[in-house]
Amino acid sequence: MKFPALIGAAMLAFCARAFAAAPASPSVRVEHAWIRWLPAKLPAAGYAVIRNEGDDTLRLTGASSPDYGMVMLHHSRLAQGDSTMEMVDHLDIPAHGSVKLAPGGYHLMLSQPTHTIKPGDHVKMTLEFAGGTRLQADFPVLPANASGPAD
Amino acid sequence: MSIRFSCLRLCLAACALLTVAACASHPQWQLDDMQGHLPDLKFQMTNDLGQPVTAASYRGKVVLLYFGYTHCPDVCPLTLVHLHTVLQKLGRDADDVRVLFVTVDPARDSVPVLHQYVTAFDPRIAGLTGTQNAIAQLAKRYRAFYKPEAATASSSGNYEVTHSSAIYVFDREGHARLLATPGSSNDEILHDLKILVEQGS
Repeated sequence: MKFPALIGAAMLAFCARAFAAAPASPSVRVEHAWIRWLPAKLPAAGYAVIRNEGDDTLRLTGASSPDYGMVMLHHSRLAQGDSTMEMVDHLDIPAHGSVKLAPGGYHLMLSQPTHTIKPGDHVKMTLEFAGGTRLQADFPVLPANASGPAD
Repeated sequence: MSIRFSCLRLCLAACALLTVAACASHPQWQLDDMQGHLPDLKFQMTNDLGQPVTAASYRGKVVLLYFGYTHCPDVCPLTLVHLHTVLQKLGRDADDVRVLFVTVDPARDSVPVLHQYVTAFDPRIAGLTGTQNAIAQLAKRYRAFYKPEAATASSSGNYEVTHSSAIYVFDREGHARLLATPGSSNDEILHDLKILVEQGS
């Protein structure tokens, strides 16, 4: 009985090490993450504050999620009374600084949901940074008329 | 003592009347005053329940007109949430206000999709759609601009629509009165709506 338990513990330790060795940077954090739910499988938007606690600029190059067929980094712009949305290929987060993905600015555009998503759900998102750093974050899904996770 | 008290009350009443009169003739708008600069509300469209509607259907209500589309996950929801918050703050007065969300993307915005989209924000928001021509005419009437952007290969056929972000405010008689933008604060919109709701109620 003791032996398998020992193996189990060893395997656990190995897994933990393997996980720690995965290219996840301890110097980047995601805060206040949320998704504004929209009905009828319409594209939704994901928001968060990405904090870079490292000494080098971090470049966000993309994101993916098992819950959406497509995740794109977008930027809304209000120019001369017109509102327009455009794709962006990267977003730099300064050393010891943060960027805000917030309504009316940068956001993750989430389309082609792979299953029905509703308010109250949690979406797993992987943020991808230049250099291969990846960060997994949990994005709670809030109702369409929510103003943010403080609601 | 009682005569002096009555005098005071009379003075106060007179002052209050004067203030009300001054407010009614020269409201201190916080949004842009558009009176006389834009034509009265006029359209023939279909609402998000599939019923034909015209401007007359909303006569008697203060109307906020906004052009958008449902495949707009960021700016349109931001504006609709602002308006939902304002309607909530208006309380019972919100019954006298209607938000009209006019789609500039009728090809994708079917009546049921439009209905689900607007009601997800607030039951007092109505979605309007119509022929390309009816939408173009309404936009032109208020100098609103919209243009579908070409779909790119990477967006797998999905396309965005650049559109005017203004909110046009009409009084109960359908006269164009004010212009708000996504930059207008909830309090500014709330302040002006309260005055418009009081007028002609």
